[in-house]
Order: sequence, then C-alpha cells, then structure tokens
Amino acid sequence: MIPAQFDYIAAKSLDDALSLLAKHKDDAKLLAGGHSLIPAMKLRLMQPGVLIDISKIKDLSYIREEGGHVRIGALTTHYQIESSDLLRRICPLLPETATHLGDVQVRNRGTIGGSLAHADPAADWPAAILALDAELVVAGGKGERVIKAEDFFVELLTTALKPGEILREIRFAVPKGKVGQSYAKFRHPASGFAVVGVAVSLTKDGSGKCQSAGVGVTGVSAKPYKAKGVENALKGSALDGKSLSAAAAHAADGVEANADLFASAEYRKHLAEAYTRRALDAAVSRAGK
Amino acid sequence: MAEKYVGKSVKRTEDPRLIQGLAHYVDDIKLPDTAHAAFLRSIYAHAHIKSLDVGAARRAPGVLAVFTGLEASGAIGPVPCAAALPGLKVPDYRVLATNKVCFVGQPIAVVVAENKYAARDAVDLIQVEYEELPVVLNEEKAAQGGPVIHEKFGTNIAYTLTAGEGDIEAALKSADKIVKQKILHRRLAPVAMEPRGVLARYYPGEQELTLWTSTQIPHLARTQIAIMLGMPENKLRLIAPEVGGGFGSKLNVYAEEALMGWISMELDRPVKWIETRRENMQATIHGRGQTGYIEVGCKKDGTITGLRYNVYADMGAYFQLLTPAIPTLTGLMLSGCYKIPAIQMNATGVFTNKVATDAYRGAGRPEATYVVERAMDLVAAELGLDAVAVRRKNFPAPFGGDKPFKTATGLFYDSGDYELTLKKALDMANYPKLREDQKRARNEGRIVGIGVSTYVEICAIGPSAAAPAGGWESATVRIEPTAKVTILTGCSPHGQGQETSFAQLAGDHLGVNINDVTVIHGDTAIVQYGIGTFGSRGTAVGGTAVYMALEKLNEKATKLAAHILEAGSAPVTFQDGKFSAQVKGENKSITIQEVALAAHLARNLPPDMEPGLSATSFFEPKNFTFPFGSHIAVVEIDRDTGEIHFQRYIAVDDCGKVINPLLVHGQVHGGIVQAIGQALYEEVVYDDQGQLVSGTLMDYAVPRAEMVPWMELDRTETPSPVNPMGVKGVGEAGTIGATPAVVSAVIDALSPFGVRHMDMPIKPEDVWRIINKKSAGAA
Amino acid sequence: MKTINVTVNGVTHRSEIESRLLLVHYLRDALGLTGTHIGCETSLCGACTVLLDGQAIKSCTLLAVQANGGTVTTIEGLAQNGELHPVQQGFWEHHGLQCGYCTPGMIVAAAQLLERNPDPTDEQIRHGLEGNLCRCTGYQHIVQAVQCAAKKMKSKPAVAR
Repeated sequence: MIPAQFDYIAAKSLDDALSLLAKHKDDAKLLAGGHSLIPAMKLRLMQPGVLIDISKIKDLSYIREEGGHVRIGALTTHYQIESSDLLRRICPLLPETATHLGDVQVRNRGTIGGSLAHADPAADWPAAILALDAELVVAGGKGERVIKAEDFFVELLTTALKPGEILREIRFAVPKGKVGQSYAKFRHPASGFAVVGVAVSLTKDGSGKCQSAGVGVTGVSAKPYKAKGVENALKGSALDGKSLSAAAAHAADGVEANADLFASAEYRKHLAEAYTRRALDAAVSRAGK
Repeated sequence: MAEKYVGKSVKRTEDPRLIQGLAHYVDDIKLPDTAHAAFLRSIYAHAHIKSLDVGAARRAPGVLAVFTGLEASGAIGPVPCAAALPGLKVPDYRVLATNKVCFVGQPIAVVVAENKYAARDAVDLIQVEYEELPVVLNEEKAAQGGPVIHEKFGTNIAYTLTAGEGDIEAALKSADKIVKQKILHRRLAPVAMEPRGVLARYYPGEQELTLWTSTQIPHLARTQIAIMLGMPENKLRLIAPEVGGGFGSKLNVYAEEALMGWISMELDRPVKWIETRRENMQATIHGRGQTGYIEVGCKKDGTITGLRYNVYADMGAYFQLLTPAIPTLTGLMLSGCYKIPAIQMNATGVFTNKVATDAYRGAGRPEATYVVERAMDLVAAELGLDAVAVRRKNFPAPFGGDKPFKTATGLFYDSGDYELTLKKALDMANYPKLREDQKRARNEGRIVGIGVSTYVEICAIGPSAAAPAGGWESATVRIEPTAKVTILTGCSPHGQGQETSFAQLAGDHLGVNINDVTVIHGDTAIVQYGIGTFGSRGTAVGGTAVYMALEKLNEKATKLAAHILEAGSAPVTFQDGKFSAQVKGENKSITIQEVALAAHLARNLPPDMEPGLSATSFFEPKNFTFPFGSHIAVVEIDRDTGEIHFQRYIAVDDCGKVINPLLVHGQVHGGIVQAIGQALYEEVVYDDQGQLVSGTLMDYAVPRAEMVPWMELDRTETPSPVNPMGVKGVGEAGTIGATPAVVSAVIDALSPFGVRHMDMPIKPEDVWRIINKKSAGAA
Repeated sequence: MKTINVTVNGVTHRSEIESRLLLVHYLRDALGLTGTHIGCETSLCGACTVLLDGQAIKSCTLLAVQANGGTVTTIEGLAQNGELHPVQQGFWEHHGLQCGYCTPGMIVAAAQLLERNPDPTDEQIRHGLEGNLCRCTGYQHIVQAVQCAAKKMKSKPAVAR
C-alpha cells in the first residue's frame, strides 16, 4: 500500500522532462496519469529512485484535426478522448474504446500516452491505434522520430521507446469515406482489462466492398498486434456474413496466445475470432450503405 | 402496542454519519503518539525458518521495535479455536511463527514505527532464511498422505466425523436409482470492504488495555484476547467501532489483535495496525473449501430415499475460531427442505498449507443447500422429471406452532410452508411460460436455462447447547430522566442496521419517536456481555432480547403509572406513549416521559419499587429458526463464447415476521450477489507451490454493478414459534438460496449438450468447451 | 520534503509532505478527513474516490504532490449549508448502503456520474459505477438511490454540487 521512497520532480516542459530523463537515466520513471505506475509502486513491484512528473506539461494534452490528420497529445486523458465531440464525429473508435477502459475514475486521470508507453498486453488503446495505423511521435535528446504503431509494441511491457525518449503525440490520418469503426472487448471480471479486445476501422467503396481495413487486437498475446490476416481477407471482400466470418477466422493467425486463470490460450484464440467478428459486424453496419 | 414502526420501511438512523463520511471505523480513530505496525509474512507455503535477522530493521529510521515469534510467543497464548469435536487435533497456532511457516501470509515478525511508512520500509530490511518444505494443498489428497504439516499428529487429518440418522445403507438399497456426483465448493475470500484493523492503547496507571478492533464479536473477542494476554478480562476493554462489513471474516479472534494489545503494553504507546487488501486475501480466513461426494437414492417417482455426503473439508494449516465446526453445520442442513428418511455425512477435516477456512456468509449451510439442491436436479435429470416436480414430491406438509418438522439430521425445523414460497416464485416467473419460451428459444438455436432452488436455512444461532460459546443474547433498555431511550445490545452490527430495527421495536413498545432512541453496541465497557452478530441471529436472538427488555420495562412503567395516577385496581392502558386510566370517573393520563422522570426522581414510587427505569434481558432461544424460500434464475448463454447473461432473477424469501422490509431487501440483494459471485466469478486460487495466485482484486473477481441482474423480490411471512416476535433471520438467505439457482440455470441451459453438473465458478470457457465439444459432434 | 498548496472542501492548506505520500493518506492523516476510505491497493475498489478539480479520481493512486495547486472535494464537503447532496439523500432514502465503508466513494462517483449524465438509465448507472465495489448491497438499492438523486436534481437543479 505504501511506495518506497523516491525523489519527485515536476517537469515544466517537454525539454525539461527530456533533460531530467537524460540526467537520471534508468533510475527515473515518467509519471503521467500514474495509473499503471503507482499501483505497481504501492505493491513495491517497481521502486524507481526518481519520478519525473510530466502530467503538468500543458501543451501535451490536446486533440486536434490538422491537415487531414488527427493529433492527440500523449497526456490527453482517457476521459478527454471519451468526451471529445471532434473524435466522436471523425473517429468514433477512440471514444468508444475509451468507454471500455478501466473505470470512470481511471479515465479521468489516466492518459493515452501513459497507457501506450506502459504497454500492458491487455490494455485497450493499443488495439485502436493499431487499427488506425497510427504513428507515435517520440521526443528524444536528439530530436524527434516517428514510430509506426505496428512497430511500437515490442514485447511484454516493452515498447520501441529508447531510454531517454518520451512519447509526445499519437497521430493518424482522418478516416475518410464510408467509414465504419468498432471496438469489441471481453472484459476480465476482476481487473477490467481485456481478455480480448478487437478494434476495427474500415471503409467501403462505392459498391459496398471493403476498401481498407485496419484491425488491432489486444489481450491475446504478450504484445498487441495488427491482425493482418484479417485485414487482407477483408480488402475487396463483399463484407457480407460469409466474408466477415472468413476474415475473422484469421484473428489469431500465427499468434502465441496467453493463458491465465481465467482463459486458456485456446479459448483466447477463439475469443479473438469471435470478438473480431463482433467488431467487424458493428463496423460494417456503421459504415453505411 | 401500535405498530407504527415495526413492519415499515423506515430509513436507517445510522445513515447520516455514514453518507457524510463522519463515521469512525478503526483507522479513523486517531490517538496522539500512535505507533504503527507492519508485518513481515511468509512468502512460502511450507518452510522452516532457518534464521531471522531483524537487526537492520530495528536500526531503521523511525522504528521503535521489531518483535519476532520467539519474543511474542512467550508472552501471548495461542490463537484460539472454540470448536470442540471428538478426537479433534488442534495445532498450536502462535501469533508469530517461531521456527516454521505453514501458509503464505503467516506472520513472522512485526515492525513498529513512528508512522506507517517507516514501518512498511523496515519490513523490507528483515532477512529471513527459509528452507522450503514440500506442500500439501488439495484436501482430498492431503487426507490420503503426502507431507505432514504438523509432525506431532503424524497425519494431515484433523478429525473425522459421521453424522446423520436413519439406515443409510438400507435407504440406498431400497432406491430405484442411485445418483452419484462429485462436487467442489471452492475457497472464497470474504472481502469485507473494510479490511481488518486494530488500535490498542494501554493505560499503565489503571492497568487497563483498550482495543478498538473491527470485529463482529466484541465480547467473545475480549474474553479470548484476555486469555491470550493473560490479563484480567475486566481490565480489557474492547470496542468494535463502525465495522465495514464482516460476512463471517470478523467472527473471529486473530493473532494481530492480541499482538497489538501486547505491543501497546510493551511500548507504553498506542499502536495501530491496518490490514492491506493483499494481507486480507492472504491472512484473513477464507470460506467454503470442500470436496464432496454425493450419493442420493430415489424412487422412480422422484421420492428421495436417502442421501449420503462424503466430504473432505479444507481446514487450512491452523484453526481459527470456528474452523473445524463449519462442516458440522453442513451436516445439520443436509435434509434441505425435504423429507429424507436417511441421511449420512462422513466428514474428514484436513490440514493444508493454506490460510484457515472459517465462517463465510452461510458458513457450512450454503454447502449443504448446494449439495441437496444439486441432488434434486440430478435426480430430476436421471428420472427425466421436472426439477420443480421432484422438489414438490419431497416437501413436507406445512408445519409450525407446536408441531415442528424433524429431520434425519437431528433437527426440529420450527415452521415452514415450502410450497408457499415456491408457488409465489413460480407465479412471479410465470414458470410454465418460461419453459415454453425456453423450448422456442432452443428451436431457434439459443441456449436458455432456468434454475430453481428451494432452500431452508438454520438461523438465530442458537440454543447455547449448540453454540461454541453461548448462543443467547442480551439487551438493556433504559429511559433516561429526560425521556430519551437507550438500548444496549450485545449484538454489535456491521451493516445490518440494528440501530434502526431495534429502535423501531422501542418506538412501538414505548410510543416514542425512533429519533429519541439510541442503540449502543460494541463497547464492552458500556454494554453488558453479549455474543455478537453472525449466523443471521441479530434480530431473532438480539432483537428478541430487546423485545423482552422492553416488555419488562413497560411492565414497570405501567406499575409506576398506575401508582402515580392512583388508579388502584382500575386497568391502565398504554397507547401512543401515554398511560391512561379511569380514576373515579375521570380519565387521567400520564406520558411515559413523565413516568421516566418520576422513576428517576423517586419521590413517589410504590413501596416495593426500585428507582430508575431500566430493564435487562438475556434471551436463550429454545431452538434455531428455519427461514426458507425459493429462488429462480433465468440465463441465456452466448453460443459463440460461453458468456452467461442473466435474463431474470426472482427470489421469494420467508424470514418470518419482518421488522423493516427495506433492510430485509438489502440483506437479500447482497446475499444473492455474493452467491452469484460464488457461482460464476469468485475463486481463491493457490498454485502448486501454495502461492496465492488470486492475491489482489485484480485477480479475485468481486461482482461489480454491471455483472449482476435486477432482482425481483417478494416474500411471505411464516412466523417462527421460537421467539415472541416470530422473526427468523435473513442475513444469509440470499447466499444460500441463490448459489444453487444460478448453477442450476446454467446447467439447465446446457442440458441439451448432455451436461448434468458443473463445478463453481462456472466460467465462460467451461461453458464454451461444453458447447464446442458437443456441437462439433452434432455438426 | 515538498511543499504543496491544496484546497480541500473550500479550505486551502499549505503542507510539507514526503514525495511518496499518497493523496488518500494526506487527506486522512494530515487533514483528518477520514470519510475517504481505503479498500484495496490496486485502484479497483473505489472506496477512496474524491473529486480533484471536479473530476472523480482514486486518491490512493495519486501522490499528494500531484494534487499541488488543485481543488479537492471529499465526502465531507458534499453537503452544502447543512443540506445533504441529492445523492446522499438518495442513498439514505433507498437504503443504498449497509456497512457504509464503500459509501463515500460510491456517493462521490455517483455525483460525478449525474453531473455528466443527469438522466441516466439503470445500465448507465451500473456502468458509471464500475470503479466502485460494494460487498453489502448487491447494488440494486444503489441504482435506485442514484435514480432518486437524478430526479431530485432535475426538480431542484441549483443543488447540483
């Protein structure tokens, strides 16, 4: 219940945070919403020597549409995304995903950047940003770089972020055309994390066929992944029941699934397929005729 | 007596402080100079302690002391077990482990520091060298051999016990069919929202120790802790302040309680320990934990001829207060609400490398009801009969008054009309239509199930002869000179609402406003000895004591009123708080408030009357009470994923006379949801090394609002002849009645797949496997 | 040690605290506001829920230093001028509590819920309280209590916090 001792430094700006990180290196942890870090520290599973609080950096919390892209600051809270009128209009997948995330209190405080950087294998956001083919803008001592969502999740609790780097922004092209999106989640009865979570963002062409499809899956394996087999099967398909089933069948292709007290690997893989089908059904129905 | 309050949904008088955050649970009580304690607990399920080095911890900043098992065990007696069974092997359970640990979470050392942060930090500085020992975890396997936990016993079997009456062999032989089934009652964590906590303060001048502790049994705990500490019982004041839920987990006496008392004497400072949730999952008692084998004999028409239940009961490594006694309650209730001519329970209590099991909401009775209700369903399935019809076939005729119903478990049920609640529940559900809908749904390929349970429970524990430490209850009622009414009850509540329900009794008896009544409980220095709140006894035993004291008080007040009114032999009536009599053709009256003042002024009392207006009663029940009811669950299962969704939940409970319907509903709701937790979600899991896997609320699924259905409730009132108010008790009914109904609904849904039994908690994957296997075959 | 300025229930406090001090311990131990409870250590039970700058948060998962410059409302600050908040009234009238331990957090979370959605369905109430565990009530009376509060707030909107 009580964290070990540490030094606390509130960063005033992103540059300030970067230089603090450079100074304290591995001994430091970034504190944003704190909803992954602080529970781990209370159980003393993590005992960083320095906490660099970036939550007060104001210009990292925003949701903007600019030049055909949506840009979301890393410190934007789950609730800001959930309640964003802009996103509800142009990318409802994100508000929908947010409603599934944790609980109201967690959503009020937790941030999208913090969640992504923590890379919990059962977190919700990864599925959505994979489905959207988002890019993650990362600030470091030597300037910025951009990591594709697909390349961001490396393994269990590990991202492509290098020491000293800070996730600054999540951005993706505004979905255009007849867009249909959905997030379908099987919630763990105790933790609320995703036993399986599937995010879909697809578009239809004039004839009603699938023009593009992004499918992200979380909860199933040690890292969230883009279900390419599903995406490939969808492209050009009629998006009827038969093609959706056929596509969903690829949801866990080549994936080594997790097993825990609640669900075996076999069942998880099945759930991946079932929830992919659910997400697809909803997305297709929302994409309009 | 006008029923102005009794029977009405009166808002609770305790709520204003609770809804404003102004109540005082243990951790809310602040004393100057309080030191804080934190425990080092075993990380192994079974190990020798080769060495223990607390030096660095003692030197850590802010640390006042570190105590080990060697120091504490010399000063403090063992953790008590009040259960007595023939041949019972009772392990020596010390407040801190000395040379061996037997479960994960067992306390080894305690750090006391200036604040809780420093105490927690210093725990990490203690060095322990363990030598791991092989573990035994499964109660059935542990009974058959393997590593022995307590060497001096040479076995892991704590006791064996055979209970029941009738010739079981003959009964099974006479049956047309015998149905057998192995069933598991997995371990559950009570998870009271307030974890345990203790604050101790010693007054050296007075040589008095005060303990504030989150307990259901302040007086029993005082007695036991005084014995543990070797101090005069009347020098120990125990206070149960606001208690944030118990569900049986605080019907106990724990090592930490005695330890805090001892430490406050050693250090001459107040000392506080507040349990963390992780400690709560590891070291507060668990419930259930039985592996059982049912054998039930039946005739072709569904008549049950006999029931045998062979059970291995998981005790854990040591006993807490009632650990070995819990399975005996299972044995007592194996007749359910049915005529079963022969019943036998063969119980084996087994030590395992886990924390002790003990009373958790229902305490042995949910196990019994589950066994009997599963048996009814299994018989129905075997014979191709409707599950409701089989239950009806075996109901006894309505009984009550001076004609109780005798079971083959040796009990006399006080009153019951099992058809009454069943019919009402079936009507509410429109059972025939439910079955038609189910048929239609099945034709559409949907998976829908209906589960019915009819239960009886044993409450109002209980006659003292059947209780480990007295089964009576006490109450004092007094009217103060200013006419305010004070009730002292030995039955200290922790959410049940006795401050309101007992005030309702006084309101009607004395014709006063309930806001003029204060119910005091939980402080052994103020309240006369009592037993506590558990076993659904608060109203039926504690309330009856209040009722009796009120009657006594009224009698005295009436006598005094007659004297003041100079009524002579004229009858004195009492209504709306006023005594009246016709005196010499004139209607004279006096309020009870005036009588109270007169009693205290004592200037004009009848010659044989003592001053004051106060009465104390101790109620010893002659029998238990036996509330009953019928629950119906309707579920639909997702064919694709095995997820279980409630369509309806109906409960009709009969807890005798009701004092406050609002509180009764609250008890039933909460009980049902805990049962749903057991049936579908909750399970304490240890891995094969005895590590607690479900050690936080991240893994142990306490139901949330979204996970449970709307509950449609109704009730019937069959008064108990055992007490003057006819009340029975309702605290555990929901937990007892709902578990089998929910399980039955899921199994009923899956019956087309050839399923007759599944063990709790029934998880979506279990369901999916059944559907998948069978539909793969069918397709 | 860090210095923080926090306004709690309308009163501004300046305190010297350890960096690692949790907000819930600051409220309970430093300020004596013991209405906010602790029921777990994994941010799941919601007993410690308070409003920080108008938003419901779990005060066991926030460092007190993070609340520096913020405004906190605890259960003790919900009633105004001696009048109970409509959610408190609803809980009382509908027996939305038994042992009372989860109640302060539950009430604060429910107040936030109604502020965002003044006319919720039962399902929305259940979803909105997913961050709060109650072991006593089975939630049904809580749902009714929140519905009752919603009605009260609609008929008397000025009371709404």
